[in-house]
Amino acid sequence: MIVNGVERPRPGSARRLLSDYLRHDLGLTGTHVGCEHGVCGCCTVLLDGRPVRSCLMLGVQAEGHQVTTIEGLAPSNEALHPVQQAFKECHGLQCGFCTPGFVLAIAGLLAENPSPSEQEIEEGIAGNLCRCTGYASIRRAVSRAAELSGGSRPE
Amino acid sequence: MKPPPFEYHAPSTPEQAVRLLAELEDAKVLAGGQSLIPLLNFRLARPAHLVDINGLSELDRVYERDGGVAVGATVRQTDAERRPLLSERCPLVPLALRHVAHRVVRNRGTVCGSVAHADPAAELCAALLALDGHVVARSVRGERLIRAADLFVGSFETALEPDELVTETWFPAHAPGDVALVEESRRHGDFAMAGVARAGRRLALFGVAPTPVLADAEDPTRDLHPSGDLESSPEFKLHLVRVLVGRAA
Repeated sequence: MIVNGVERPRPGSARRLLSDYLRHDLGLTGTHVGCEHGVCGCCTVLLDGRPVRSCLMLGVQAEGHQVTTIEGLAPSNEALHPVQQAFKECHGLQCGFCTPGFVLAIAGLLAENPSPSEQEIEEGIAGNLCRCTGYASIRRAVSRAAELSGGSRPE
Repeated sequence: MKPPPFEYHAPSTPEQAVRLLAELEDAKVLAGGQSLIPLLNFRLARPAHLVDINGLSELDRVYERDGGVAVGATVRQTDAERRPLLSERCPLVPLALRHVAHRVVRNRGTVCGSVAHADPAAELCAALLALDGHVVARSVRGERLIRAADLFVGSFETALEPDELVTETWFPAHAPGDVALVEESRRHGDFAMAGVARAGRRLALFGVAPTPVLADAEDPTRDLHPSGDLESSPEFKLHLVRVLVGRAA
């Protein structure tokens, strides 16, 4: 499998969750593990460009696929991804635990739908929990990210 | 919160998959994994073998047959939701899919997996029952059709044999204007406390009995004895059914 552009070996054990493989075997601890049953969205990564829950996949199932984690999202060490930039500008994070999951879910959302409506934004982030309850700023960050990526802000 | 040990098998054809299911003792099919992996993580399921069907690329198809649309076993919910064939010929299916968990879960979850899992609150199971659709179950003995009315036998229980694989789910075509799917849940994307799928005059209720159940629009709560949970009492569920049947009309 290719993780953030680097070819990686198959996990040693089939019961290794993709989230644990990324964190423990590859040291990519930006993928956060909150609930481990698909509710919180903290472990969201991109699989072939689409956001998925890495705690609801076995590592071996990513064989032959491209995985992008929060460590691999920014285009370079100097530049931020538009979603990261928007989170920074709009104060889209407080404690930061949920942030990698939100950022990847939103990156996936905007890749498919560059100009989401308010309702599409709500639906797009509904699968991620922020226990600081910073949803208003996160919603603003989605609109800003759409703008930064060349889409339009919702009316 | 980690899966218990199991032996992992990744066949690449349906023939290999059903052979594995026939030969292995205590094997479970792994499709999208959006229900099975949480069950493993919680240790509520401890199968000795997992047969991962994600490599069965020939089942990744949506096509017309017999006056309806068949959805193959590896079609993701997100993809089914966007197939023009389904939105044009079977609009109740994308309508139901939009209520299934969240987008990120639907990116991985499959239509057939949801049907085979038979969650009492599953929208797709109720839609299949309302439409009088069926699944195709395949084993080394051959194929058989199981109608929705015969498929769901209990809570998370189906008429499928342990060695059978659902290769496709078939939905009869229907007119776009004459369907509805409404539900009530505490939060968007949660399991429904109660819901109604309507296809023409056929109503299927979900979240209120061990399986989806057909209901009479005149008296939808007749013979209904829902059990309560933390989110809703039996009385509240009955109230929701009456309200939702009205909304689905």
